[in-house]
Amino acid sequence: MKIGVCVKVAPDTDTRIKISGDGAGIEESGIKWIVSPYDSFGIEEAVQTQEAQGGEVILFSAGPKDWQTQLRAGGLAVGAERAVIVDDPALAGTDPLGIARVLAAGIASEGCELVFTGKQAIDDDNVQVPAMVAELLGWPHVSFVTDFSTDGSTFTATRNVGGGTQEVVTGSLPVVITAERGLNTPRYAKLPAIMKAKRKKVDVKSLGDLDLSADDITPAVQLTNFSLPPERPAGRKLEGDVDTMVQELVRLLREEAKVI
Amino acid sequence: MSGILVIAEHEGGSFKKTAAELLGKATELAAALGTTVSAAVLGDAPATELGAFGASKVYQVPGDFSSYDTDRVVAGLQAALEAASPDAVLASASFLGKDAMPRLVARLGGGQASECTELRVDGGTLVGRRPLYAGKAFADARITRSPAVFTVRPNSFGQPEAGSGGAEVVEVSAELPEPRITLVEQKTPERDDVDLSEAERIVSGGRSLKSEDNFDSVVRPLAKSLGATAGASRAAVDAGYAPHGDQVGQTGKTVNPQLYIALGISGAIQHLAGMRTSKVIVAVNTDPDAPIFEHATYGLVADLFEVAPKLQAAFESLD
Ligand SMILES: Cc1cc2nc3c(=O)[nH]c(=O)nc-3n(C[C@H](O)[C@H](O)[C@H](O)COP(=O)(O)OP(=O)(O)OC[C@H]3O[C@@H](n4cnc5c(N)ncnc54)[C@H](O)[C@@H]3O)c2cc1C
Ligand SMILES: Nc1ncnc2c1ncn2[C@@H]1O[C@H](COP(=O)(O)O)[C@@H](O)[C@H]1O
Repeated sequence: MKIGVCVKVAPDTDTRIKISGDGAGIEESGIKWIVSPYDSFGIEEAVQTQEAQGGEVILFSAGPKDWQTQLRAGGLAVGAERAVIVDDPALAGTDPLGIARVLAAGIASEGCELVFTGKQAIDDDNVQVPAMVAELLGWPHVSFVTDFSTDGSTFTATRNVGGGTQEVVTGSLPVVITAERGLNTPRYAKLPAIMKAKRKKVDVKSLGDLDLSADDITPAVQLTNFSLPPERPAGRKLEGDVDTMVQELVRLLREEAKVI
Repeated sequence: MSGILVIAEHEGGSFKKTAAELLGKATELAAALGTTVSAAVLGDAPATELGAFGASKVYQVPGDFSSYDTDRVVAGLQAALEAASPDAVLASASFLGKDAMPRLVARLGGGQASECTELRVDGGTLVGRRPLYAGKAFADARITRSPAVFTVRPNSFGQPEAGSGGAEVVEVSAELPEPRITLVEQKTPERDDVDLSEAERIVSGGRSLKSEDNFDSVVRPLAKSLGATAGASRAAVDAGYAPHGDQVGQTGKTVNPQLYIALGISGAIQHLAGMRTSKVIVAVNTDPDAPIFEHATYGLVADLFEVAPKLQAAFESLD
């Protein structure tokens, strides 16, 4: 079975974001780039599935070919077999549906039967691409999955549907599964595997290689006017012993902030 | 094409709070645009009630939506959208908003701006302001193809006052597909608090709680005394003091309450990412230099084990 994983490379979670001078985006210099953390859960689940069922794990990325550094360290070194990166200038300005078109075309061209993604990318926080990929492929999808198993033709998944409620669902492959925290604990790469990953195959493709053109991924969503979060009004440290502080806090919450 | 369509979610026939919240905002935006507000409702619910919050028409799709099935929800909403052909669609960034809306957008070839915390009219169109990088940056989103879907983070806008009008209900029939996914079991936790992502008050505990017992005897009762939901830092979750689902932060839940009380939480950037839009933040920490104090509306440099019981007693004695 060919198992696909959609992998995005994003700024490390402890990055302090700076806005570029023109407000058109963020300052990218000096950022440490990592595999988006939820995608690591997707990679781990794909590798575990491959270990149980056989087959091959293929990583798919729509982004610059430089992402191969992170794909090797965070994917090929932990059990994925190879990676396909679609790199094209038109990708920089596209939107989630454009990205989904590219990923779906890549997945279809490899004939995958099961695809894992992260539940959300930690840079744009869209929570859109996986459901869109599934729609374009004509497959069902299951969102926010914390437990997964498959026998190679059917699957069982547990999903978080909000309010702390979990649902156990079943269905047939093919399917897109979006990984939620708790699905598994991603393994660390061992040194020999890291060395071996350097020789694994990374195919860099253009839109044309997938029979797509820039027109197919014209964005419908435009982001402008980037800024840092609004400053919070300066906070106040309360004074006195614990009893005094508690009393004062309750008063402030009632009378000043009016939230209780 | 005209108007703003609100996806009004309900649970077994009672509309969720977000339905009124979105209709209230839609009414304000529609006035600025000189257009009208309608709503889409799947299944059995008292649709005419939505008139009280400003919907002039409700497109109601009959059918069994009692258990959530993505394909059926998408097909139902597609029918409602085709009947309404709105300029813009507002939906909550709920499970449905995250699971079904992008699928619908892909089917119809439109665009979506996720988790907006502000909506405004600019140059005759709707603009959503939304957090990115886990709230470390914000940007304006404009959508140039139809359907233009804006999902909204719960509690971003206030609850509108209910008016008196009823809405005209238009029944829209949809061909609902056979489900491809089968529900086997639903596990609902035995708790009476509100989901973190929708909670208006949250009390969170960190690593400093030191044990699950302490978490259960200090954080949860304090939360309860306020009608709040309990949350946790990742350090507390990783140490097993609280379940995964309670984690607030960049790789946990994003929350947007009126009041967020952080007990013994240092304020790491990944934690702040999940709660920095809270209206009021209270921090209790023994370390006066803890980064959380830079973001706290009210800070108490104190031992949480001393503060929590006293605060709880004070909350319990409020009328
Ligand atoms: C990829 C990645 C993703 C992450 N995602 C998240 C996330 O989603 N959410 C999250 O929370 N973290 C996340 N983290 C972890 C984050 O970096 C911090 O490690 C974590 O938030 C720290 O939790 P804490 O504040 O409980 O613990 P600590 O940082 O250890 O802080 C404990 C605090 O308690 C105070 N204290 C001690 N005793 C007392 C007492 N008796 N009374 C009062 N105060 C006391 C201390 O002064 C200290 O400030 C992530 C990290 C990484 C690398
Ligand atoms: N450019 C991309 N390349 C590969 N996978 C992506 C890309 N963008 C999004 N994804 C996948 O879709 C998931 C959700 O992303 P998003 O919808 O952007 O929040 C991510 O966790 C990835 O698995």
